[in-house]
Amino acid sequence: MTTTSPTIGQRSVASRQSLKLSKRASRMRRLAALAGHALLLTITASSALAVMFIFFFIARDAIPFFRLEDVREFFTSTEWYPSRDTDPSFGALSIFVGSGLVTLGAVVVAVPLGISAAVCLSDIMPFGVRQYVKPVIEVLAAIPSVAFGFFALVVFAPLMQEHGGRILAIAWWCMALPPAGVGTFVLSDILAARFARGAPGEAGARVGFSSVLGAAALAVMSWIGWRCAGIEVTSGTNALNVSIVLGFMALPTVISVSEDALQAIGRELREGAYALGATRAETLTRVVIPAASSGLCAAVILGVMRAIGETMVVWMASGNAAQIPKPWYNLLEPVRTLTATIAGDMGEADHVTGSGRYHVLFAMALSLLTISFVCNLISERVVARAAAKRGG
Amino acid sequence: MKAKSLIAGAAFIAAMIVGASASLAQDKQEKIVVDGSTTVGPIAKAFAEYYMHKYPEVNVTVSESGSGNGAKSLINNVCHVADMSRFMKDKEFKAAVDKNVTPVAHVVAMDGLPILVHPSNPVKNLTVGQVRDIYTGKITNWNEVGGPNKKIVKISRDTNSGTYETFEKLVMNKEKISADTEYVGSNGAIRQRVQSTPAAIGYAGLGFVDRTVKALSINGIMPTRQTVSSGRYPIARPLFMFTNGYPKLGSHLHGFVTLYLQPEGQEIIESIGFVPVTNYSAASGATRPE
Repeated sequence: MTTTSPTIGQRSVASRQSLKLSKRASRMRRLAALAGHALLLTITASSALAVMFIFFFIARDAIPFFRLEDVREFFTSTEWYPSRDTDPSFGALSIFVGSGLVTLGAVVVAVPLGISAAVCLSDIMPFGVRQYVKPVIEVLAAIPSVAFGFFALVVFAPLMQEHGGRILAIAWWCMALPPAGVGTFVLSDILAARFARGAPGEAGARVGFSSVLGAAALAVMSWIGWRCAGIEVTSGTNALNVSIVLGFMALPTVISVSEDALQAIGRELREGAYALGATRAETLTRVVIPAASSGLCAAVILGVMRAIGETMVVWMASGNAAQIPKPWYNLLEPVRTLTATIAGDMGEADHVTGSGRYHVLFAMALSLLTISFVCNLISERVVARAAAKRGG
Repeated sequence: MKAKSLIAGAAFIAAMIVGASASLAQDKQEKIVVDGSTTVGPIAKAFAEYYMHKYPEVNVTVSESGSGNGAKSLINNVCHVADMSRFMKDKEFKAAVDKNVTPVAHVVAMDGLPILVHPSNPVKNLTVGQVRDIYTGKITNWNEVGGPNKKIVKISRDTNSGTYETFEKLVMNKEKISADTEYVGSNGAIRQRVQSTPAAIGYAGLGFVDRTVKALSINGIMPTRQTVSSGRYPIARPLFMFTNGYPKLGSHLHGFVTLYLQPEGQEIIESIGFVPVTNYSAASGATRPE
């Protein structure tokens, strides 16, 4: 930035003169460079420092909770009555389970849909389509979460109560159809290649396999869809509602990151596979997806983090009941998440009135921070390991 | 460009400092400091707004830190008015008297909580005991209280709210609300959930009852302004402002804490969903048959 070496094109008398600086001027230059570097370093460090400070302050207010209250109760009990005057109980197990359930639900919605969409965009659809579709998907990320929450509470929840079974069936179809379609296509392709490669009947075998597999998949899906349609939903603000909405919120992240990962594989690998005589499906499943697996993993983890940290939607539409659904996978029961608890209980919990109630929220924030920290670490590890493997 | 923005920034900061010091210099105003309950807070805030508009020389500051903190502030003489959604406890009274503070209670308004259900629900009346059993999870189906065969969806305000505190104190009688109860963040959200959920039960302030939800009669008494202000409706409580001694007659403090006796004060109370203690409806001509 402050170097004085002129480029070849600029070699003029003036610049040659400027190479020779007086001692004082060169010292000034060096000082200026030093100051500039120091400034840049401060700016860079301050963002890292801010994160450290957040960690420090959350930990500072969380540690008293672990000293004052029963830690075992916090992690193992489901008795969440923090506001009782006498003998409040801070059992957060059901809240951890709630967060986990909602996140799991969001992953089940976002990952199959997101990765199939990414595969379609990068390898199946024509390039021109991708140029239009990808920006549209990324706009989805710009919708504020409160709008999603409002939709979940005011539109989706009543809809679910009135036509619960049918919506479940439709949701099932939407979720299952793309992976089933891709799966049928890929499987029949592979089977046809294995049993009738090069034979004159290869195309026919492929059609036969795909129709048999497709029919089987359709039958299974219709049976599940029919079972779904019979379910009655008593309360529309439940874990499933937020799972679906969170899944759609995480979708742009998952699609965008995994599509980038698939694109990063490059033409050479694909063309190499084709040159060896692989079909498009074989190229996809045997070459492209394994090569992009670390990026896809990162996409999934980023989606998980998006879902677990979301607050507004779950506070508005998850029902906030501090219970573990019975049975645990029953997503049609209301649940309470860590983020919603922190947001909802903040108001009354000042450290003057009830110290336990105040510090328990920080304990939750610390747990949340630790979870996303670990997620981040795992994703970095996965990416790094895959990169090393590819390199070696 | 850079220098210009730097100068602009400096000028902005300077202006802020000047402004802040100017507002500090205005300290000649008479000050009324109000602290306490988050339930009574909206009344105090509305009163403060009205009072400062009427008497610009008075400065009323209202903080909402909870009833307990309000009492603490009054005892320590750091506020003039303590908003409380409950009466002072014996301990607080004793502490106050020890510090030469004599708490005097002013009941500024009544707070009633209608129990709301979906308009299609045929149930018309519940007892307080039945409401409690529903929220503790002993009654789980509407057919146990004369309704359709539907699982009851229980909806409550979040535990932060004064509304929740009232409900817990007057209905739950120290029993725990069952874990499958849903919590929402506002009275409006309660109404939204109840009007869209046929099997729901919820509670909200009196001001939130409209045609989209049905208020049940409790122990045979409908929640109306009259039944709440007279205390016949069972889920109702008085809201207090406490002062140190009765304020000097004619002082601004006196004017502020007796605003609830004026028609304007009663209108304010009504407009934010509480019930005036005085027989305001007869005076204003708005009658409501029972």
